[in-house]
Amino acid sequence: MKDAYIYDGVRTPRGRGRSNGSLHEVRPIMLLKSLFDALKERHHLDTSLVEDCILGCVTPVGEQGANIARIGVLHAGWATTIPGFQLNHFCASGLVAINLAAQAVRAESIDLAVAGGVEAMSRVTMGSDGGVWYMDPQVSNNLGFIPQGVSADLIATLYGFSREAVDQYALTSQQRAAHASEHGHFKSLVPFKDQNGQILLDHEELIRGNTTLAELAKLNPSFEAMAKMAGFDAVALSKYPMVERINYVHHAGNSSGIVDGASLHLVGSLEIGKRLGLKPRAKIRAFASIGAEPTIMLKGPVPATQLVLKKAGMKINDIDIFEVNEAFACVPMLYSEELKVDHAKLNVNGGAIAMGHPLGATGAVLVTMAMDELERSGKGTALITLCEGGGQGTATIIERV
Amino acid sequence: MFNTEIDAGHVATIFMDNGDKPVNIINEGFFKNFEASLDDVFKDEQLKGIILTATKKDFLAGADLDLLLKSYTPESFFDLSRRLHKLTQRYEQCGKPVVAAINGSCLGGGYEIALGCHYRVALDNDKIKIGLPEVTLGLLPGGGGTQRLLRLIGIIEAMPFLLEGKTVRPQDALKSGLVNELAETPEALIAKAKAWINTTGKNVQPWYDKQFKIPGGNPLSPKVAQWLTGATAQVTKRTQNNYPAPKAILSCLFEGGLVDFETSLKIEARYFASLAKDQVAKSMIRTFFFNLNSANSGKARPRDIPKHEVKKVGILGAGMMGAGIAYVTAKAGIDVVLKDVTLEAAEKGKSYSTALLDKQVGKGRMTAEAKNNFLAKIKTTTEAKDLKGCDIIVEAVFEDRDLKARVTKEVEAQITETAVFGSNTSSLPITGLAKASARPKNFIGLHFFSPVDKMPLIEIIRGKETSDETLAKSIDYMQLIKKTPIVVNDARGFYTSRTFVTYVAEGISLLMEGVHPATIENAGRAAGMPVGPLALSDEVSLDLLYHIQKQNIADLKGAVPEGHFATHPAFAVVTRFVEEFKRLGKKSKAGFYDYPEGGKKYLWPRLTEVYPIAKVQPDINDLKKRILYIQAIEAIKCLAENVVTNPAEADIGSIFGWGFAPWSGGVCSFVDLVGVKTFVEGCTALQKKYGNRFKAPALLIRMAEEGRGFY
Repeated sequence: MKDAYIYDGVRTPRGRGRSNGSLHEVRPIMLLKSLFDALKERHHLDTSLVEDCILGCVTPVGEQGANIARIGVLHAGWATTIPGFQLNHFCASGLVAINLAAQAVRAESIDLAVAGGVEAMSRVTMGSDGGVWYMDPQVSNNLGFIPQGVSADLIATLYGFSREAVDQYALTSQQRAAHASEHGHFKSLVPFKDQNGQILLDHEELIRGNTTLAELAKLNPSFEAMAKMAGFDAVALSKYPMVERINYVHHAGNSSGIVDGASLHLVGSLEIGKRLGLKPRAKIRAFASIGAEPTIMLKGPVPATQLVLKKAGMKINDIDIFEVNEAFACVPMLYSEELKVDHAKLNVNGGAIAMGHPLGATGAVLVTMAMDELERSGKGTALITLCEGGGQGTATIIERV
Repeated sequence: MFNTEIDAGHVATIFMDNGDKPVNIINEGFFKNFEASLDDVFKDEQLKGIILTATKKDFLAGADLDLLLKSYTPESFFDLSRRLHKLTQRYEQCGKPVVAAINGSCLGGGYEIALGCHYRVALDNDKIKIGLPEVTLGLLPGGGGTQRLLRLIGIIEAMPFLLEGKTVRPQDALKSGLVNELAETPEALIAKAKAWINTTGKNVQPWYDKQFKIPGGNPLSPKVAQWLTGATAQVTKRTQNNYPAPKAILSCLFEGGLVDFETSLKIEARYFASLAKDQVAKSMIRTFFFNLNSANSGKARPRDIPKHEVKKVGILGAGMMGAGIAYVTAKAGIDVVLKDVTLEAAEKGKSYSTALLDKQVGKGRMTAEAKNNFLAKIKTTTEAKDLKGCDIIVEAVFEDRDLKARVTKEVEAQITETAVFGSNTSSLPITGLAKASARPKNFIGLHFFSPVDKMPLIEIIRGKETSDETLAKSIDYMQLIKKTPIVVNDARGFYTSRTFVTYVAEGISLLMEGVHPATIENAGRAAGMPVGPLALSDEVSLDLLYHIQKQNIADLKGAVPEGHFATHPAFAVVTRFVEEFKRLGKKSKAGFYDYPEGGKKYLWPRLTEVYPIAKVQPDINDLKKRILYIQAIEAIKCLAENVVTNPAEADIGSIFGWGFAPWSGGVCSFVDLVGVKTFVEGCTALQKKYGNRFKAPALLIRMAEEGRGFY
């Protein structure tokens, strides 16, 4: 088995996922093109050596439909020999894309791939791809479907996370992100420019470093009314009968933001790096995906981490920094509690609560965040993990080279 | 043969008529008659159109439920549904306009027959009910009803009719689009139907067009999809997933809405067959249709005694029960004398009726005049002599033997030798109370449930000496006030109170085992009980349970047999709550729950300190089983002891008396549904783990050996 390395990883800034967001006027194919261009230019890449393009995208319809990976490669002017496929592994899609590329390299079926993800959430509405998961009454009843926000509040209830505690977590995320952004920690961020070279966005647009606990306390819970009216609360209790009633603590300020963004990585073998004269940024040590109970849905990072540590032959204390996707504040909080991970090591430069969660891209975005931080701090290993729809979790361990 | 007429303009009218049956229903004869009538009218080569109506009071009351109760194969149910599809499609696709002239109630399969028509005119009469109530009997409309309705009015709009079985008056049917037009008189009904045929003559339903779009959007359109997701969760909330029918209906809406009409009918037929073959539907049909109807029609009434007229009823005690009994009695047009020790107390009882009537006046459902006439029926008094001339007395004073004896004597001095004396007690044995009576033959127990105006059941208790005449007269009274009677024999707690208490006791005992209190409550609701056992204990009050226990032990004079209810572990908890914590339940704003002023109740936070949570929590399905088994065991003991005398009344009493899981059809139906043999085995396993209260009653062991069920 060969080892798989990440030679480079880049990301667009994340733009507010609404019509007043700086990237709203940009088609998702162009978010990708800016990154294809950056990778090619930075490394004077002979793209004919790239053997696959794997892109995560959670809402692959409309502008993101019809295999945006293959179309993205072609539109960016990379070699026509590069095949591509889009995958949907819910919120971990971007990380799974990197893992699949690594898998192919390790299996020696390819030497070099480009992998990542894209999601222009302001243009392609989340959930607009439909699906029997929640549309088909028989399926949603059988699975005990509830929206993620209600799952998050269920977790907060079960773990006893108060409104104050989740808000405090959110505040820290904002402060860390603001600090990191101001101090230039985000080396992998490639400013987005238009066809004339004018910059549309060169920073994480969503960060609100000046927010306060008092500001956060003003926000109304986002999922309470819907849960009670539709009856999702009863579905949750039917699976978790030890809950008397759900404590609704999550709101727009302590949940991940809706944004537009993309990320791409070059994943290859040691040999191809030498041939191209590239220095790897990180080695992919191990990766794993796993399923867990789907109604509570968001606890997947815990078993995914346990599994990936086992595969790597490592212990939780061997990991220097953690990137745990902040889908909702309770997710990294329960992760810290279950796995005894100090918040000081986790999401040190903030997370999706402050900067947003472009669904199909986030997994790859978090890998750029981890590599930037390892390089900045000189630390050795990072673990990246995300919770996912349907109760899954994916985790990857990387080492700085 | 249905009657058919063809007029000079070649408009045919088919009069549906089931001959000697009291109402028109869809059965074998109906199919044959209908087909023959269609054959007949299609012979007219110049046929302009068809009007479908009925000679009977009702248009068509639905399908013959007897057909469904008998065990048929899934294939036979599928075929039955397909047969209705073919029949309706025969006239729907005949090329001529077909109009339903809805002259009377048009329900279930009856409305499906009307839906097959191209146009529906209904007689504008508030007594007429239109709709698809199949879901209330565990079924779905299998005659094309789910698919035609969603294509007629849209998926979201069809939901309340299909999922809740909502039936409406013609005025509301017009508003919802269930019918197209109303007619003032039967003549106008036929005239309007003819006019539509002659002027409009539209004869192809839009859903046969390839371009057809479901009004309001198909199941994948964002708004409808969102509703379907919500409605699915709502079904879990409302039914705890105990009922297969609402789920099957949602699937019919989703799956049927995605394909063409022809294909959708096959989908409907498959889901219909899956429900009709299921024991839940059979149990519900048996209990909620056959057994309930027979109880309401006075099956328990001694036969050869002439019907009594009840013109005047005296009610002793104007507390919550007395006030409610006064209301339902006056509502039936019976004169009421409401007596209490002070006039203020009596008036306060009467004001309960005033408040209820004011609400109706406020909603425009009653005139001020009718309200005054109603209230004039209730005479308040403190004088026993005002009870002269009463046909029936209902005593509703405190549950105190001495007090009850005193008022019995006082009142009997005023009433005639034939007047019935009914005691509204929920647990004191009637034979004992009757000892205070000079006429124990006339003495009977009339156990009403609270709130009286909402609870449909009455538990009638025969004392040792109660005569057949007294029982007959009591049932006549219940029929007038529209209560469903069950008749039981005398024993402590009778049937309903005695069995009900096993539910709360089992729930309470789970606390001692370290089960999470929220789990206990959720398990109760998940089993299909209306309220969790701890909340219910608070409602009935913990000191009441405490006193029942004390009384039980006193009655047994210290010799408490093993497995007797008095040994139930729950009483240790109840005793602590009453003696140590002084938490008596809802009335003291503190019980298993805290009741904050103006806020929602929540489980007493210290509960998990007093009864610490066990490390390993039981599976909720095991808890549901325990909760339902213990009630069924007690009910069957009542049956074996002849307290309740037949499974039908045991079932009715369990559901309408204390809310036993309605999906099961009642306690005996539940045992049948589980299977008697399996149930006995389950009892034995529970007995090993939790003690002799779970011992299978001998009656059941015998039934299991004989391979017999209750039905």
